[in-house]
Amino acid sequence: MSALLTFPKGGVHPPEAKGQTAGLAIEVMPVPDELEIILGQHIGAPCTPLVKKGDTVAEGDLIGEVTKGLGSPIHASSAGTVKQLGVSAHPMRVSAPSITIQTDRQAPPRRYERTDWSGLGREELLKKIQAAGIIGVGGAGFPTHAKLSPPPDSKIDTLILNGAECEPYITADHRQMLEHPAEIVEGARIIMKVLGVSTCFIGIEANKPDAIAAMEKAAAAGGGGQVQVRAMKVKYPQGSEKQLIQTLTGRKVPGFALPSAVGVVVHNVSTTKAIYDAVVLGKPLYEKVVTIAGKGIKRPANLLVKVGTRVRDIVDYLGGVTPELAKIVYGGPMMGFAASSLDIPVTKTTSSVLFLAGEEIDTRPHSQCIRCGWCIEACPMGLEPKEIAIYVEAGRAQETAQFGVFECFECGCCSYVCPAKRPLVQLVRLAKMKAKR
Amino acid sequence: MWTVVACLVPPLVLSVFVFGIRTLIITAVSVASCVAMEAISQKAMGRKVTVSDGSAVITGMLLAFVIPPGVSYWLPILGAVMAIYIGKHLLGGIGYNIFNPALLARAFLLATFPVAMTSAWLPPLHNTAIFSTLGTAVDAVSTATPLAVLKTQGAAALAAQFGTAPNIYTTFFLGWRPGAIGETSGLLILLGGLYLMYRRYITWHIPVSVLGTIALLSWIFGGPTHFTGDPLLAILSGGAMLGAFFMANDYVTSPTVRTSQLIYGIGVGAITVLIRLKGGYPEGICYAILLMNPVSPVLDRLLKPKRFAPPLGGAK
Repeated sequence: MSALLTFPKGGVHPPEAKGQTAGLAIEVMPVPDELEIILGQHIGAPCTPLVKKGDTVAEGDLIGEVTKGLGSPIHASSAGTVKQLGVSAHPMRVSAPSITIQTDRQAPPRRYERTDWSGLGREELLKKIQAAGIIGVGGAGFPTHAKLSPPPDSKIDTLILNGAECEPYITADHRQMLEHPAEIVEGARIIMKVLGVSTCFIGIEANKPDAIAAMEKAAAAGGGGQVQVRAMKVKYPQGSEKQLIQTLTGRKVPGFALPSAVGVVVHNVSTTKAIYDAVVLGKPLYEKVVTIAGKGIKRPANLLVKVGTRVRDIVDYLGGVTPELAKIVYGGPMMGFAASSLDIPVTKTTSSVLFLAGEEIDTRPHSQCIRCGWCIEACPMGLEPKEIAIYVEAGRAQETAQFGVFECFECGCCSYVCPAKRPLVQLVRLAKMKAKR
Repeated sequence: MWTVVACLVPPLVLSVFVFGIRTLIITAVSVASCVAMEAISQKAMGRKVTVSDGSAVITGMLLAFVIPPGVSYWLPILGAVMAIYIGKHLLGGIGYNIFNPALLARAFLLATFPVAMTSAWLPPLHNTAIFSTLGTAVDAVSTATPLAVLKTQGAAALAAQFGTAPNIYTTFFLGWRPGAIGETSGLLILLGGLYLMYRRYITWHIPVSVLGTIALLSWIFGGPTHFTGDPLLAILSGGAMLGAFFMANDYVTSPTVRTSQLIYGIGVGAITVLIRLKGGYPEGICYAILLMNPVSPVLDRLLKPKRFAPPLGGAK
């Protein structure tokens, strides 16, 4: 094989740790007794609830709508009765308004029929995507219809599907590509029609040869000659938007700009699958494939769960935790957040919940910066994490804009390589909160 | 840090066979005093005691490596006070010291005990009588380093005493020559340095720029006429190898960005050659590194890493 594509600056290669779940087919988890559906799962203002306590809802019913600004509607993940409108624990925002549904486990799952979308125009397709509550499920949660409506002056010529899945442990996108390649390619065709582009690259890290083969086959069959699969080097953060665009097109997205500035739109492969569901099947986004892995869980799995499923119910379903469990992380080990509660519900953007044993985490105490410069080498954005951290520790976080803190996307490469084990990315996050933009 | 210590062990072992068992004793005294000094300094300043991180052990070994093998056993104790208490902790502690502690101590010892530090050289042993030099002290001056011979008596005397090319290269590369305890064997230092590179603890930038500059400038200016100097001999003599691989690229006191590291390395190399050829001392790398150390933060401030892509419409 010729040299694999990758981005030139920075990056690290943490242990991939995907073997635990890469071979496990997506398993449908039974509907739990209760679901807590958070109203603000996307970037933008939370939804306004459309139901009140005691209402009965059917699977796929609209229960939260957008009333102001950027947003994306919320649907009932299962049939049931509204138990309460309250607040839920949230991995990043501590707490968030939510709707709790007492599920009706006797109700048959809703069936969706395939419809022909070839006659639909751009506006109709966008309307379907918006109504289905599609957001970027890779993690950011940016409303998809907004991403598909780039500023009129930008000339979009390329769609990129992100199948890098560069975070260790997570295999949710990997399984989607293996099990639903044709749906993803059809989803890509829908996006290409909306954007009016005729070039689509699917970027996949080379550690998923089976997914590359499956997607290549599907692209050849249903891509109309316009969808190409690109194998990329296994390097974190290969799946970061700017690095991915640079890898596949050679274009650099300027600071504070969106990919549309260089004529590119990027969607995660799982988001693309959700777009397929929305347009072809008319199914809103209320289920999510989540990787549950780590040596701290009895039975690791790739689970298809209802949005709103509490992590506690997932743990019970998988047989509980092991005695070695030391840390629970929402998201990947590089960018995820440590959890303080099992009551946190799965949202549309949850890709994994990791149950890590003591041997899988590093708890050594951190010390002072020795100015080795490893973080500078590792930073894919060309920043100086050590300087930012030293400023924050000295109580001068508000002066860190000069070091480009707002260009940092918190990939965590700096913390990963730091020989002094300094919490660099955490200090950068703190700097972002305090510094003036 | 302990990997660096492991890389310094082979030159230490070799020094026992070249200069006798006293090099081991001097190193042991130096390491013990540095570790003790680290603990005392940190206790006295109310800081956390971090002797287990191995950094004081490295300083202790490097301090012993840059002093002559014939000095009194108490000299490294004094050096340790200078290196650890003044050089490291009074100047801010780990991560904040401006100068390389071991070299600062060597400069201090050179200024305060000039006779011992410039004349306590021992000739290499030609048998395994490693205990024969046990009692030797300052007064037992018996030889001069190649660079001192070259400086004071010229190239002919150097050839008479240490042989001619290519034999002299082999002798020097293996380490059988007078010199400071740990600096003599280019081979073992190179192996240690390459191992650190292989493990990605250090990169090539500083060692290559230091040695490259020394070789280039010695070739141009080191001979009787221009371009007749001996570049290979230049990097195999004195502390060039030890300085390039284990002193100049000390994380704390060298720049963090690659371009700055190259400029810094070129600076170290150029000052080294300047001192060797025009200065009062036969060897200059110690002062060259000490002079470039404070330039590191300036270089870091001036030369920033290349950002991914600047924001549209200029910096915000």
